Amino acid sequence: MKQPMFQTIYPYLRTNKKFPNVWCPGCGNGIVLGSLIRAIDRVGLSKDETAMISGIGCSGRLPVYVDFNTLHTTHGRALGFATGLKMARPEMKVIVIMGDGDALGIGGNHFIHAARRNIGLTVIIVNNLIYGMTGGQYSPATPTDSFATTAPYGHIEQTFDIARLAEAAGAPFVARSTVFHVFELEKLMEKALTKKGFAVVEAISNCHTCYGRQNGMSTPVSMLKWMRENSVPISAKDSKGEGKITRGILVDRDLPEYTELYDQVIERARAAGAEGLR
Amino acid sequence: MSGERFLQGNEACAEGALAAGARFFAGYPITPSSEIGEILSRRLPRVGGKFIQMEDEMSSLAAVIGASLGGLKALTATSGPGFSLMQENLGFAAAAEIPCVIVEVQRAGPSTGQPTSPSQGDVMQARWGTHGDHPIIVLAPSSVREFFNLTVRAFNLSEKYRTPVIVLADEVIAHMREKIALPAPGEIEVFDRMKPTVPPEWYFPFDDTTEVPPLASFGQGYRFNVTGVYHDKAGFPTMRPDEIEPWFERIFAKIEHHLDDIVEVEREMMEDAEIALVAYGASARSARSAMHAAREKDLKVGLVKLKTLWPFAEAAIDRVARKVGRIIVPEMNRGQVRLEVERVVAGRARVLGVNRYDGEIISPAQILSAIEE
Ligand SMILES: Cc1ncc(C[n+]2csc(CCOP(=O)(O)OP(=O)(O)O)c2C)c(N)n1
Ligand code: SF4
Repeated sequence: MKQPMFQTIYPYLRTNKKFPNVWCPGCGNGIVLGSLIRAIDRVGLSKDETAMISGIGCSGRLPVYVDFNTLHTTHGRALGFATGLKMARPEMKVIVIMGDGDALGIGGNHFIHAARRNIGLTVIIVNNLIYGMTGGQYSPATPTDSFATTAPYGHIEQTFDIARLAEAAGAPFVARSTVFHVFELEKLMEKALTKKGFAVVEAISNCHTCYGRQNGMSTPVSMLKWMRENSVPISAKDSKGEGKITRGILVDRDLPEYTELYDQVIERARAAGAEGLR
Repeated sequence: MSGERFLQGNEACAEGALAAGARFFAGYPITPSSEIGEILSRRLPRVGGKFIQMEDEMSSLAAVIGASLGGLKALTATSGPGFSLMQENLGFAAAAEIPCVIVEVQRAGPSTGQPTSPSQGDVMQARWGTHGDHPIIVLAPSSVREFFNLTVRAFNLSEKYRTPVIVLADEVIAHMREKIALPAPGEIEVFDRMKPTVPPEWYFPFDDTTEVPPLASFGQGYRFNVTGVYHDKAGFPTMRPDEIEPWFERIFAKIEHHLDDIVEVEREMMEDAEIALVAYGASARSARSAMHAAREKDLKVGLVKLKTLWPFAEAAIDRVARKVGRIIVPEMNRGQVRLEVERVVAGRARVLGVNRYDGEIISPAQILSAIEE
């Protein structure tokens, strides 16, 4: 029999952490965290071997509530911290959680380089289309023509397509879903957790407080409906996908992982002896 | 690699890092520090350590902090412009109390300055570059041998006090070559961070009942939270003044209560001195030559060489102020350490600077003429 959701989640929450959380009621961050925990539970990772690292933003507060090795870093730099930890402890499962501004704006350079190296990190990007924590300024993922506190006349910039960016940079696994399609989201996270290398899941999430209110969707429900109506599974991309967000596994390929390659460097260096190669 | 060798300063630094037990380096190339990374890219994997060239200095220090949390002794090396980019994560390391070593080989600035010319312009950046009040330890080598020694010491202090430590070298020391005898591994005192011995459920990584709480590594059964946000003893964000204040006080106290251990100065010919030279780094070499030249002329000049720049050597300078009438501070900047000396001396002696900031080093003759004035 299927267990009720909360029974799965409860053992992963920190009982010594002072709840309630910092998020607005109805924020998509909670759905993302719930999905991630259920995915971790299904993969069967132990708490001790799992690290969760985040940057700064509303989404950056995800790790503190859960009972893993958790690290809340500086804005945009989570991937740098994660790279160091993964190299020091390759046996650990290192999960990185970033907002769209965190991952693609201030941290964009780190994102493409971590993908290019294909270092073994599971990367969850909570794309709420806006800078949530600072009050609704536009981010690199804010849709063209929508409104933000710094785009009062409509946004004139193109958005980053996270999946295509990650793919071009060299990520072996890229998937996307939304907090409306919660079971799909959780399955994609499970896949990402078992993938070797830099595995990216973009979770489109609702910030009704900052994005929604400025764009005619001031409730969580209106934003979830928007996600339902404006996205299609990748299988329907060609028939119904015109102008819509595609969901599912967008990239899945096998590429050599960085820490494994570095083990070869160690072997080569040792074989070269005291004087080294040069 | 012990025994007598003809080494460049940056090589001695890399040897010092290895001798101290460093097993991780992340950095971004910049003259005059690049040799440190190059050497460690060759040497670290041979001892099972790891090297990575990151995309910039922000991620370099981030990776160093991450590796340190994973249990490795870790360092980065840079110069002024790169050090500017590291400042935010330097503050993170101080607040989150993660041991790490940053080697900064100064070059002329501001901005790109004169990329290969020497300078000592980052003394204040090393102290106050990151935002907010924070404790910091900064060491300054004045010879190739000292670059080795102080790199080892930087790791030891960083592990002992759970704090970032900066080795503030300069282009002269980094690129000069000297014959030095490296100590054998057993001869070097190496300090490793304290690890918790209590069961995980009793562990507080930021325990305020002890000055330096033990630091567990990630993945070892002690699951805890680390954040740059003001945090309680468990590492959880807090906004309660009664939790913030003890933490803030403790991270300063753990340094300030151990100045005897941390602050190192060397005194030469100070017994009968009437004029004191207070110097550090490459300028201390010119100061020593000037001192000997002055002694030949029967001028009673002594030298106080600062090996620790921060915390500032207040007690040592106070002693000097009570003894001599004139203090000369030669520096390759517009007087950054002189300001500190003046603060401590507080009018009890005349304090003069000998300064150069045109990319040239200060000559002994320049200091001698200030002595003879
Ligand atoms: C270096 C730096 N610049 C700016 C900020 C202010 N800041 C905090 S969160 C944030 C944006 C967060 O947006 P996003 O990453 O999309 O996350 P969200 O809050 O939407 O989850 C900014 C600009 C900061 N903390 N640090
Ligand atoms: S501001 Fe937006 S992202 Fe932040 S907690 Fe509120 S709804 Fe969530």
